Amino acid sequence: MTTTRNFGFGCALLGAIGLTGTAAQAAEQITFVSQGGAYQAAQTVAILDPSAKKLGITINQDSIPDAWPAIKTQVGSGKPIWDVVDTPTGNCLRGGEQGLIEKLDFSKIPNGAAMPEAYRSPYSVSYEFYSSVLSYSQKTFPKDAPNSWADFWDVKKFPGRRALRNHPFATLEAALMADGVAPDKLYPLDVDRAFKKLEEIKPHITVWWTSGAQSAQLLNDGEVDMEMAWNGRVSAVAKEGAKVSFTYNQGILQSTSLCILKGAPNLETAVKFLNEAVDPVHQANLPLNIDYGPGNPKAFETGVIKPERAAQLPSEPANAAKQALMSYAWWSSPAGEAAEKRWASFMQK
Amino acid sequence: MLALASPALLVILLLIVLPVGWLAWQSIYHDGFTLENYRRVFTEDIYWRSFALTFEISLAVTVIALMLGYPVAYLANSVSKGWSILILSLVVLPFWTSVLVRAYAWLALLQRTGVINQFLRYLDVISEPLALVHNTFGTVVATVHILLPFMVLPLYATMQKIPGDLMQAGASLGASPSLTFFRVFLPLSLPGVLAGCTMVFVLCLGFYITPELLGGGRTVMVSMLVSRNVELYNQFGAASAVAVVLLLSVLLIFFAVSRFISLDRVLGQK
Repeated sequence: MTTTRNFGFGCALLGAIGLTGTAAQAAEQITFVSQGGAYQAAQTVAILDPSAKKLGITINQDSIPDAWPAIKTQVGSGKPIWDVVDTPTGNCLRGGEQGLIEKLDFSKIPNGAAMPEAYRSPYSVSYEFYSSVLSYSQKTFPKDAPNSWADFWDVKKFPGRRALRNHPFATLEAALMADGVAPDKLYPLDVDRAFKKLEEIKPHITVWWTSGAQSAQLLNDGEVDMEMAWNGRVSAVAKEGAKVSFTYNQGILQSTSLCILKGAPNLETAVKFLNEAVDPVHQANLPLNIDYGPGNPKAFETGVIKPERAAQLPSEPANAAKQALMSYAWWSSPAGEAAEKRWASFMQK
Repeated sequence: MLALASPALLVILLLIVLPVGWLAWQSIYHDGFTLENYRRVFTEDIYWRSFALTFEISLAVTVIALMLGYPVAYLANSVSKGWSILILSLVVLPFWTSVLVRAYAWLALLQRTGVINQFLRYLDVISEPLALVHNTFGTVVATVHILLPFMVLPLYATMQKIPGDLMQAGASLGASPSLTFFRVFLPLSLPGVLAGCTMVFVLCLGFYITPELLGGGRTVMVSMLVSRNVELYNQFGAASAVAVVLLLSVLLIFFAVSRFISLDRVLGQK
């Protein structure tokens, strides 16, 4: 513990020097955790550095691919080290229900309070959006490309090899949309109906992918002709010159959210930061650095994001309207957890 | 000797025995003693399917590795020193590349637009690309490649100790080369066969990356169940119960093998 504090204090000092003498404020600091890589680097430029400057605080960064086990151990030990985590929204909700995440006082988070209700929960605010979309090879489908999950399921009209994610999230939603359920009428999911529909397409699925990198490789190498993939992965492959594209139609809009660990060491500063991090202007800067959409839809009204760029983003209002918004509340409910367990036996049958 | 060995023993104790013990403890203790994790492993049929598939794949890999590895070891044993060093270097060479890289290399060879399918289509042997990967076949091919050295090296070590005089004696008594091989050489090399097979089989039981990348999502081996259970149940116990069952199967295999040959020969090759 001591070393961590000392290290934090050192950072605070450095921060104080950088902020030309606002030493009293610079003593305030938080530890922020995200998933690392290009994604965290983009946030640092767009959101973290500007927020630290504006609030006069020091933001110590940490990263971890899957924060959930660490949240459990840290809060369980009674002495969490982290303050704010950026993690798939389901973790914030689950954590909130299990007493691992602080309940938010939205009167202190005006930026969050102004967001649509579906974009926040008592424990979290949306931080960024990505989408599970229907992507396809333009070589196989130069025109009349598949444009809905019903098309994906239609192996006669759209022959070709297919891949889906080896995970129930978004896949069950896609199956229900293929079966005719409207994107805004999905929840609570009819799990039996979804698995029945999945049985139908199962023999035609060449690969059930497990990582985003794998889904990109499948599309890039022409190993499959169409697949469900994350929009950022598809556009990255397209940018490198592969003839691939995707549609936001019936995409499943997913998010990561910010939430605060129960008993966080710098709770007050953490709340201040959380409000600042979803400020529309900072949020608008995120998609200028990476292919993710802002968590706060007001970002699109700031004028920071050019219309051409906005049209490419999953959470742009017109794009969002074509998609289904994933209900993390449903997925972290007992029914959702049961569906997640059922996935394994579906795959191995 | 003990003083020299103690750092290594300490490392084993700290990094292997204690964590494994802790995980095993977690599998039976979670807010009180529970056998729930084991009940699940023994009653839900996905576990049974995974264990069956894992043993099938391990068996297939072992048999193929033996058929490929025996002639290589035999060749390395019968040529001059310089040649045998070259052959053995080639056998060990793939060790220098990571398992991940080799899995992707197989993907490049086996997939629909991969080298093999492109070549066969160019020759007009096939009209539709063959499904060589994203299934059990691809997994087995890549696993054999990775585990082959573990077959060849124990075989070679055993063959080295078979005195050449015995074959000459057989020949001098009028036996044909094939008869001396089958009556003299092969039986004497059996400890190596058993050693190599045990190594390959046991290592294969725990394979993770290869089936994950080349199995297409359908080839769910036991190690994948372990990682999936961490995600699914959010506690280590659910996963470590699977690991404990796998570990016990491995120990059982070692025990069974040790009835036939001393474990020193499997692991140490004195």
